[in-house]
Formats: sequence, C-alpha cells, structure tokens
Amino acid sequence: MTDPLSEPVADVAGASGYDAHPPRVGFFTDTTVCIGCKACEVACKEWNLVPDDGFDLLGMSYDNTGMLGANSWRHVAFIEQPARTGAESGQEFRWLMASDVCKHCTRAGCLDVCPTGALFRTEFGTVVVQPDICNGCGYCVSACPYGVIERRDGDGRAWKCTLCYDRLRGGLEPACAKACPTDSIQFGALDELRVRARQRVEALHEQGVAEARLYGESPDDGVGGQGSIFLLLDEPEVYGLPPDPVVPTRDLPRMWRYAALAGVAMLGAIVAAFQEGRRR
Amino acid sequence: MSGADGTSADGMSAGDGHGRQRRMGRGRRGGPADDGSREQPMVPRATFSSYYGRPVLKPPAWHDDIAYYFFLGGLAACSSGLAAGADLTGRPALRRGTRAGALVALLAGTYFLVRDLGRPARFLHMLRVAKPTSPMSMGTWILAGYGLPMGIAAVDELMPEPIRRTRLGRLVGAVARPAGLAAAGVAPPVAPSTAVLISPTAVPAWHEAHEELPFIVTASAAASAGGLGMIVAPVAEAAPARRLAIYGAIVELAASGRLESRLGLLAEPYLTGRAHMLLQRAATLTAAGTLGGMMFGRRSRLAAVVSGVALLAGGVYERLGILEAGRASTKDPKYVVQPQRERLDRPELRTNPSSVR
Repeated sequence: MTDPLSEPVADVAGASGYDAHPPRVGFFTDTTVCIGCKACEVACKEWNLVPDDGFDLLGMSYDNTGMLGANSWRHVAFIEQPARTGAESGQEFRWLMASDVCKHCTRAGCLDVCPTGALFRTEFGTVVVQPDICNGCGYCVSACPYGVIERRDGDGRAWKCTLCYDRLRGGLEPACAKACPTDSIQFGALDELRVRARQRVEALHEQGVAEARLYGESPDDGVGGQGSIFLLLDEPEVYGLPPDPVVPTRDLPRMWRYAALAGVAMLGAIVAAFQEGRRR
Repeated sequence: MSGADGTSADGMSAGDGHGRQRRMGRGRRGGPADDGSREQPMVPRATFSSYYGRPVLKPPAWHDDIAYYFFLGGLAACSSGLAAGADLTGRPALRRGTRAGALVALLAGTYFLVRDLGRPARFLHMLRVAKPTSPMSMGTWILAGYGLPMGIAAVDELMPEPIRRTRLGRLVGAVARPAGLAAAGVAPPVAPSTAVLISPTAVPAWHEAHEELPFIVTASAAASAGGLGMIVAPVAEAAPARRLAIYGAIVELAASGRLESRLGLLAEPYLTGRAHMLLQRAATLTAAGTLGGMMFGRRSRLAAVVSGVALLAGGVYERLGILEAGRASTKDPKYVVQPQRERLDRPELRTNPSSVR
C-alpha cells in the first residue's frame, strides 16, 4: 500500500502547491570547523529581534544557552571529551562544538499538526510560523522530534528559526550563515549542500577521521531528510540530537484506525447496556 | 530561570535539571562501542549518551486544563450515547440528565480548551482550515459537528415552558429526538479523538501507547458517563448507566494493564512518580465507583450518587495521569534516546531506514 505520509518527497515546495519556485534551500553545518564563537547565535538574535532567554550560567562548558527554544533559534553546543583517535588525537582532550538549528524537515511534524495553518511551507521549502495566525495551541511543541519549537512565555505563541525568510526573499543568506567566520554554517541549495557534505565526510575519512558522520542528510530517514544537515564527530545524542528521529504523524492512519475501533466498541457497549435492560 | 531550559511549562525547578545532568554526564563515556566507530554492539547498551543529561524534547506546552478538556469531551460524547438509549427505551429522567450533562460538559470542556491556548482570543483561528494531518483540526470540526445536534437535544430538555410553546420552541421539541440520535451517531469519533490528539506527537510515552490510549480514554469516558447517569437518574432508570460503568471500567483497566506490560521502558513514566500516583487514584476511584454501583446502586440513590461521583473523579485523574506520564517522558532523555538507539543498533527492529550514515 502506498502511504502518502511516508513516501519520499522529491519536491517539497511543489508538493505544497508552489508551481514555480526557487530551489529548496538549507544549511550544512560542518561541526569540524566550528570554533564556538557563537556569532551565529548573536547574529540570529540581532536580525530576528529574538528576546533574551535569561542570563544563566548553566555549568555546561561554554554553553549558557542550553538548547533551542522560543528565544534561541541557534544554539552552540560545547562538549569536552577525553582524548580519542581521529580528529585532534594529539591532544589530551578534544572539543566538540556544534551550532544547532531548526531542521526544516521534509516531513515536518510541527507543520503537519498545526490546526490553524500558522505554520506553513515556504516557496524555499522551509517551515515558518506566521505570528499573526498562531493561537498558541502548543501542538507543534509536542510534535517536534528535535525539541526545537516552543511557546514563548508571556507571548503565548510558538516561535522558531525562520531560516531568515525575510532575508531569503531579499536575496540574502540567513544571518547566522553570513556571520559564521569559519563557514561551519554553510547556506545554499539543499541538493548542492548534500553533495558537499558527502564529499567533506569522505575527505575526513581519508584523513583518518573515522568518526565523522552525516546527520539528517538522507532523504530516506524518518523525517524524509532534514533541510539542515550536520557533519558530526560523535553520536547525535552526544550533541543533544535524537539519534533516529521520526515524524510523529507518520503513524496517523494507524492511530485513527485504533480510534475507530474504540468508537465502535463504545457504541456496542452502550447498545449492550440497554439490551440487557430489555431482557430483564 | 526562563523558558530556555524548556521546563517552564510546569514549573520544574532549575535545581532538578542541574542535579540530573551531573548524574547522567557519566553516560556519555559509555565504553569502546561509544567512540564513534562503525562497529555494531552485539547487545543493547546499558548506558546512553546525552548532552549534559538535558532533555532532547520540549515538555508539552499544555497545562492541566487540557486534561479537564479531555475528560469533559469524552464524558459529553458517551453521555449523548446514553441519552439516545434512554430516549429510545423510555427512561425520561436518564435522558434529561445525560443530555443536559453532555451540554454542560462540552461547554466546560471548550472553556478549558480555550483557556489553555497561548492566545485564547484567537480560538476561532482553529476554523481557518480543515487539516487531515492535524488531529486538533479534525477534532475541532468533529466537536463542532457533534456539538450542534447535541446542543439542540439538550436545549429541548432545558427550555422553560413559555418558550416551549413558541414556534421555535415547538420546532426544537420536534427535532430533539433526531438531533439526540444524530449526536449519539457522531459521538464515537469524539470520545477517542483525544487519544489521537496526543499519540501522533514526539512525546515517547504517548506515541508508543497509541494502540491502547484510544481504548483507555473511551472506556474511561464510558465509565464517567455511567457515573453521570447514576447521579442524574433514579435507581429504577439507571440500570444501563450502571452496566455502562462496569463495561467501561473493565476495558479501561484491561487496556491500562496491556499498556504497562507492552511498553517496556516507556511504561516507566506511567508506573513512576506523580503520574503513577494520579493513575492509581484513577484506578481506585473507578473500581470503587463501579463496585459501589453494582452492589448498592440498585437500592440506594445516595449510594448511586456517591459511586457516580467516584467514577467521574476517576475519569479526571485518569486524564491528569496520562498528561503527567507524557510530561515525564519528555524530561528524561533516556526515553527518547534509548529506544531510538536500539532501533539503530538492531536494524531488524526498524521500520524506517537509517537517518545516520
């Protein structure tokens, strides 16, 4: 049986009803060259007028942002590890630094479940919330397998990375990619980024960095491929990423079937409750 | 602490988060199989990695209000079924009470639903679209389609005599029975819809329980409607209500038992902490109300009312417990990471291809 909820999507903007549209864009975040400067976090806040998220010392290496949320659309993770083989093998310990962002999934749970149409697919294939439509139902928050989107306290609406939709429409690259001094964050057409990412991971393997791996690059994964792909040096969960995310609406038809069974059983129980009454 | 740590929705303190992250930091250095090499471990790992023990997911944004809505929506739906049966079998008091109860429950449920929105004034934005991929959108339309006939049937019960004699009043009186039957006909998707609302989320305890949750919430709704019937109708008319409560309680307890034995690691959020306490209260009250109705409901109206109240309270605790189990399963990263890691390490368990290459 073909299942529209799990088949691969070749043209995500076209599937959303755009006849003529620009190529799908995204990020390729190469964490091997991230220096942890957090320029991406700052540029994002400045451009998108994202409020502060508290000034707390979290005791997590140099990370005082914690995780993505309503008020953090870029988050640089800092991991200190003991010496290993591969990258930086001459050192006593190694840094892992990685700038996380909304994945702009091919199959986006947040977009699927949004009951108002506030979340929509742009002509660039990205996923964006319209703040004038969102009524703060909070459904998207629980539908994101990465814990990205969040309802903002005191505001009541859901917020996340827009992949700088306004800049894209003006022909500019997103603020975080523009500000990244090492090109750890690369912006471009997703097809090209996937090729570039595969070439980069092959080159690293040739250099002996066996632990280099891509995350979210495969269109066959549980979310149909991420719009933001990553090159990591350890397992995804070490960076706070789910190792095998699946769009939660994939099993929706099955869930409705169970509900239908339960509904019919309820009707049957009510009929039975009255039938016995007639006999007596 | 601000919402940055993703725990603000229910007030989990910053201290809790910090305590746990220290403890779990160890998990990251899990051994040789953990060093990023391509070797597949032969046994499931005892440890799992996380980022300073922090949650991968956001906790549900919903407050307890949503649990009250889940309870009241289910109660309304099953009460309409009971009302239709009462109408057809000539039980006027049971019919009147359950029709009126369904209306009150639906109005109160809608109030809680709207109150839980981040922007309650924008409630009507729900009606901008009808989206098959969004159970909340579908649920809103199902509820609207159910609410109209149910409302007509209930208004017929609540109309004062002078209004009943007007032309409009006579019209309502004439269509009350078909409207009540239509409401009962539309009720079956309403009762389990709250389960389909929470299952297609990334919340592990809800997603993995998608087989049982529709039966648990529908059966709980049936038990609650039975309880309502025992409260509103005299004992002579309430026999179907007592039986419905018994059926509901049995299925609810059986489905809950299946959930607890089938879910493995993800049964833990249901079996520990505050969720377990709430669900135990639900089970105790439901069992007590059912047994009370069976033993004394036929003889004493007072016992029937007390049993009915216990059944209703059991329904409330059931929804609060399910909500709390979902919250708990988002706060500990092991509920997210371990099942996914197991899928990756043991490809035979997988239903979708690899996301990590």
